[in-house]
Parts: sequence; structure tokens; C-alpha cells
Amino acid sequence: MSKEQILSSDGVPLEVSLKKAERRNKIRALMLVGPLFLFLLITYVFPIGDMLFRSVDDRMITSKLPNTFAALEQWDGKELPDEEVYEAFYKDFYPLAIAKEAGKLYQRLNYEKSGFSSGLKKTNRKIKKFEKGNYKEQFMATHKIWNKVEYWTALKNTGPNWSYAKYLKGMDLKFDDQRNIVQVAEDRQIHKILWLRTLNVAFWVTVFCFCLAYPISHLLATLPMKYSNLLMICVLLPFWTSLLVRTSSWMVLLQQQGPINDLIVWLGLAANDNRPELMYNVIGTFVAMTQILLPFMVLPLYSVMKTISPSLMRAGKSLGGTPLTAFIKIYFPLTMPGIGAGCLLVFIISIGYYITPALVGGASGSLISNTIAYHMKSSLDWAFASALGTMLLVGVLAIYWVYNKLVGIDNIKLG
Amino acid sequence: MSKNKQFVKFDNVDKSYDGKILVVKGLNLDIEEGEFVTMLGPSGSGKTTCLMMLAGFETPTHGEIYLDNNVISNIPPHKRGIGMVFQNYALFPHMTVYENLAFPLRVRKIPKDEADKKIDKALSMVSLQGFEARMPMQLSGGQQQRVAVARSLVFDPKLVLMDEPLGALDKNLRESMQYEIKHIHESIGVTVVYVTHDQTEALTMSNRIAVFNDGKVQQLSSPDDLYEKPVNSFVAEFIGENNTFNGTVSDVSESACKVKLNNGTEILANPISVKAKGDKTTVSLRPERALINPENKMDNNHKGKIKEVIYHGDHTRLRIDMLGNEQFILKIPNSSSNLDIKLGNEINIGWNAIDSRALDPK
Repeated sequence: MSKEQILSSDGVPLEVSLKKAERRNKIRALMLVGPLFLFLLITYVFPIGDMLFRSVDDRMITSKLPNTFAALEQWDGKELPDEEVYEAFYKDFYPLAIAKEAGKLYQRLNYEKSGFSSGLKKTNRKIKKFEKGNYKEQFMATHKIWNKVEYWTALKNTGPNWSYAKYLKGMDLKFDDQRNIVQVAEDRQIHKILWLRTLNVAFWVTVFCFCLAYPISHLLATLPMKYSNLLMICVLLPFWTSLLVRTSSWMVLLQQQGPINDLIVWLGLAANDNRPELMYNVIGTFVAMTQILLPFMVLPLYSVMKTISPSLMRAGKSLGGTPLTAFIKIYFPLTMPGIGAGCLLVFIISIGYYITPALVGGASGSLISNTIAYHMKSSLDWAFASALGTMLLVGVLAIYWVYNKLVGIDNIKLG
Repeated sequence: MSKNKQFVKFDNVDKSYDGKILVVKGLNLDIEEGEFVTMLGPSGSGKTTCLMMLAGFETPTHGEIYLDNNVISNIPPHKRGIGMVFQNYALFPHMTVYENLAFPLRVRKIPKDEADKKIDKALSMVSLQGFEARMPMQLSGGQQQRVAVARSLVFDPKLVLMDEPLGALDKNLRESMQYEIKHIHESIGVTVVYVTHDQTEALTMSNRIAVFNDGKVQQLSSPDDLYEKPVNSFVAEFIGENNTFNGTVSDVSESACKVKLNNGTEILANPISVKAKGDKTTVSLRPERALINPENKMDNNHKGKIKEVIYHGDHTRLRIDMLGNEQFILKIPNSSSNLDIKLGNEINIGWNAIDSRALDPK
């Protein structure tokens, strides 16, 4: 290939003049995209970045107790620390106690080891009367935590500014005193169950949605326009209704004295005094979520099926394939992009689903998102909520990656 | 082995989609084994419906269809063993050319080595060897069409249906594909039922053509008969170019009739569907049968005025105002340039009675 540069008629290299000519259009296009880009940055990239940051951020305690941690550097962790460590702690804690700013400290240290909260509270009250010198004895006299090595070890363990302890907690793991990763006690392993339940619910909701949506979409794609429009509205109508209204209507339907239970009793499937519980358990979550997420499966399937020419099935049959063979060999593979898109969409939405499991799920039907909400609103352990959120995000990305490896993201069709 | 004269037989077939309108009315049609029959007609004339009934995708509302003397109305499409080429090719987009061709063989459980031989043969028939691994999307329109033809033939069906298979191709490709399909038909002797609305296509390819209009076969005959001897005005009008004169029969005998045109002139014509004096009729005359300044005496001689001259390369087309018909078309080959063909000139035009056919009134 010759390296000769092609010039436009005024002698400027062609590439340069092309860029010049296109610049105006490029700037215009950028200006159109700009607001959206900014919006995404503010509402999406920034919050997610902040969430990732919070989940590992553990600087608060180091910043509150700088002298203590500096002194603890030298401590070997076998015996109780020396006087200078106690003195450093006094230097850090005294101003906090005076300014009444120690509250966060109790909470954070109590996560690390229970007992800290009451110990620190008592110390907080007494520290104002401490005399100069011999702090070790005065501390040890104040509360028993100060004469236990474990508490000092726990305190030292909070030293690193960045910590993945919250992620361990999300997987029912923790650091023991020697900084080894161990499982938490069996009766406290709640997150593993929640994760499994979340995946389980997401999987089955996806399966149910697929089984229901495939025939509907096929009907939608093959019916004449006037009927298919009506059917489409029927599919979309719930979509336009508030999520809360739909979930509440399921609560009405599924409750023990509700119409569905009435029907079951009337059909003789259950005794009147032994009505099955359809709500506040996993059944309610399945039913309501499947109904709510159905349109997300129907729409991609429909858009793909719409493009499949009916003559392909005819060709399959005229070539000697039974209707079933023609379906399996021709129609089904051609709907794969829609199936992939629909399943991915429903699965991803359902692993992060919140309102429905919160309202109809009860204790046995609540999902990981409900736990995240709990830590955001009630326990105020935002770092842990962020860690769970990040784990969810990573999970979704992993599913996306696996899907890409198996099916290929190019084979997705959303509409 | 004598050939089955009624290999395909439509016996008084009616078809209605909505219970109000018959799209096919009392259709009777026999197709001989090994024949290439084209169903030709304007859109909505019922030709595709007939094909779909034959393929099994539509059921006749009334009447029976026979294939090789068996009633096929109750046989589902996949058991009829009829090859079909669709308008938009209907190649399976997720399969390679090889897999497309292998599909009919696999469902018939033909062993792989035998299937491979058949596929190879079918592909060589359409000169597409070496394209086995391609996906349909990687092929041009003409190549896709050939694959579709090969796929319809690969399982050796006795009957192949083609539903406007060349409609989506450009003109040159369409013409070469016409010959190609014709040659394939000739070489393997399969019976072909071909649907098109393109009359040149029909004339080029077929043994016989069934002209459809209004749910009925208007005429079933060989291409030359169809062109030279149309039996009614619709066929005369639909096939090729046609000049018409409307008038009333003033005298009729076995071999000739006189038609009095609306402007009072009488012309001699060939009585095809006129029975008696006083019948209304439309006289049809092919443009190439009328001569300018004829040297010999002809049955009809009239003067006309040139209204338009259109140059067409190999011939020139004249629009002439004659005997009250302003749309009279004449074709003259571009070799003889001594003729005085200028806009507005009057010229003598003559034709024989046998070529002007007095048909049913339009």
C-alpha cells in the first residue's frame, strides 16, 4: 500500500479537511448527548461509585483515634498494652467525650466486638474525672473491657483504613481474633440463606415468566393487527398501573380470607378451617413477581417473534418437518435472542426486587434487597448495605458475563 | 411408463376466507406429470391461494384436490412431499446452506452419506458448490434464490411449487434465473407449478399457463396459444400488448364477421366469442400484426394519425389515433427508416381479419 497522502482540491490533507467538515456535526451531536451523559454521571456513576467506596471505607475510627493506633503499632498483641497506649487512648478519647462525639465510635467498635458499647459509655462518663498519669490503672478500674487482651486486639484490627470485612459478613464469614477468615456461628448464618433464596426466587420467576410469556408473545406476533393490539394492551395494562397498587391487589387476592382461598375451599381442595397460606411466604413472592415482571419477558420475545417470517415455519413443514420438528429446529432457535434478552432482564430485575417481597414475602419470602433496605433504614449500617449492594451488582455482572460467553451479547434483542 | 395426465387435479374447488367472498370459484385444473404449469394473474386473482391449497397451508372450502390420484385435502403439509420455493426464499437464517439443504433429508432420516450426495447434487444443479458453509445472510439475492430452489428439490419431490420466487430479484438476474429454473425442470423432469404475475416470466418458462382472474381460470393453454389465440378480452389484455376496438357485430359467418365500430366504420374480424348479429364485442389486435403502408391487399385498411413516437432501441412504438381509438399502438422494427414516421403524419395501416379477434365485450 502506498503511503502517499491524499489531498483534497485545496491541498489540505483529506483526513484533515474531513475532520474539519465533520466537526460542526460532532459538536452538535455532543451537545445533544451532553445532558443525558451528565444525568447518567450524576444519577448512576456517582451513586454507584459512592456505594463501592462506602462498602470498604473504614477510616472513621482511625481518624477519631489517631494517637491510639500510632501507639498500638508497637504492641505485640500478647499481653495487655503498655501505659503509653492507654495514655494515647486517653488523649484521643478525652476530647471526644467532652465534645460528645463518641457515639459513632461505640457503634463501630461494637460491630467489631460486642461489649465495647457499654464499656465505652461507662468510660465516657468517668473519663472527665481521670487524673494525670497512670492511665492504665484508671482505665482498668473503669471497665472490665480495658483489662482484656481481646478488646485491644479488636481495636487494633479496626486499624486499616480500607476493609473488606463487610463483604465477609455478607457471606456469613468474619475475621477471628487472629485475623483469620472463619464462618460465623451456624445459628447466625442468615445471609447465605438469603442469597440462595434470592437466586432461587429469581430463577423460578424467570422460568414462570418464560413459560407464560412464550405462548402469549407468539399469539401477539401472529394474530391479526386488531386483535393483537388489544392483547398487547392487556399485557401492558398492568405495566401502566402502579407497582404498589398491583402488589396490594395481590395481597387482597392472596390473603387467607381472599377470593383465591375462597375458590380453593369451594373447589374442595382445602378445608375451610385449614386454608392454605398463600401470602407472607415464598408462594406470594413467586406469584406476584411473576405477574409483575411478565411484560419484561413478553416485550423482547414479541419483538423477536414479530420479525420471524411465517413462511419459515411453512417452509419447514413443506420440507417434511412435523409441526413439532419445525418448531424445535426453526422457530425456537430463531427466538433465542428474545429468550436471552427476556430472561436476562427478568432475572436481573428480580434479584434486586424490593417492594413485592417486602409486602407479600413475609419472613420466609424476603430477599436480599429487603436486608439491604433494613440496613439502610433501621440498623444504619450503610457500609454493610453498600457491601451487599455491591455484591448484588457484581452478581449481575457475573451473570451478564456468563450469558455473553454462552449466548453472546450481540444475540440479544430488546425491542 | 405413461405419464399421468392428471397428476395434479383440482376438482371443482372453491375457497373462501371470510364466508362472504369466494377467492377461488369452481376451479377445475389438470396438470400433467412432468409439466411446467404457471398460474398467471393479477394480484388477488386467487392464484397464490390455489398454490397454498395444493401445498396444504389452506384447505379448500369445497371440492377436492388430487395428487397422483389421491385425495390430499386431509394430508398435512409435511406429509405431502411437495417441494416449495417461497416468495422471500424462506431460507432458515440460523442454518448454513448445507444445513438448510440437509433439513428435509434429516427429517426423512436419510443416512448422512446418502444425504451428502443428494446435497452435492442439488447444489451442483444450481451451480453453488462450495457454498455449503455459508450462512444465507452472506449470499446475494440470486444465490439465496438458488439455494431455495436446491432445497425444494433435494429430497426428490415429484411436485415443486414456486410462489413468485423471482419477485425480489432485479431484472437481469430474474431473466437468467428464469432460464436456469427452466433448464433444471427440463433436466430432472419434475412437475412444477409456478405462480407469477409477470407475464414474460410465464411465457418464457411454462409448458402451459393458466391465466387467473376473479377466482377462475380464464384460459389454460400453451404460451403461444395464449398470446396468439386469447379466448377472451381479459386474456388478450393481460398477456402482451393489445389494441382494442369496441363495436357491434353487423354480420357473422363461420370464419369471419363484420364489426361496426362506434364511429360507424366497419372492420372485418375473426369471430371467436360472438354468436349472432347485434352482439356487443371487443376486437383485439396485436400491435405487430398491423402493418404500415402494406404492399399487399389486406382485409382491413385504414388511415391513422401519429400522436406519439417512442423510441425503444430495437423498435419504435407509435401511438396512433385511428378509428376512434387514440391508444392504438404499433411497433415497427428500427431497420426500415424510409417510413414517414413523424408526429402528426397520416399513415396507412392494414391488417388481416384472422388476426383481429372479436371477443367478449369489455
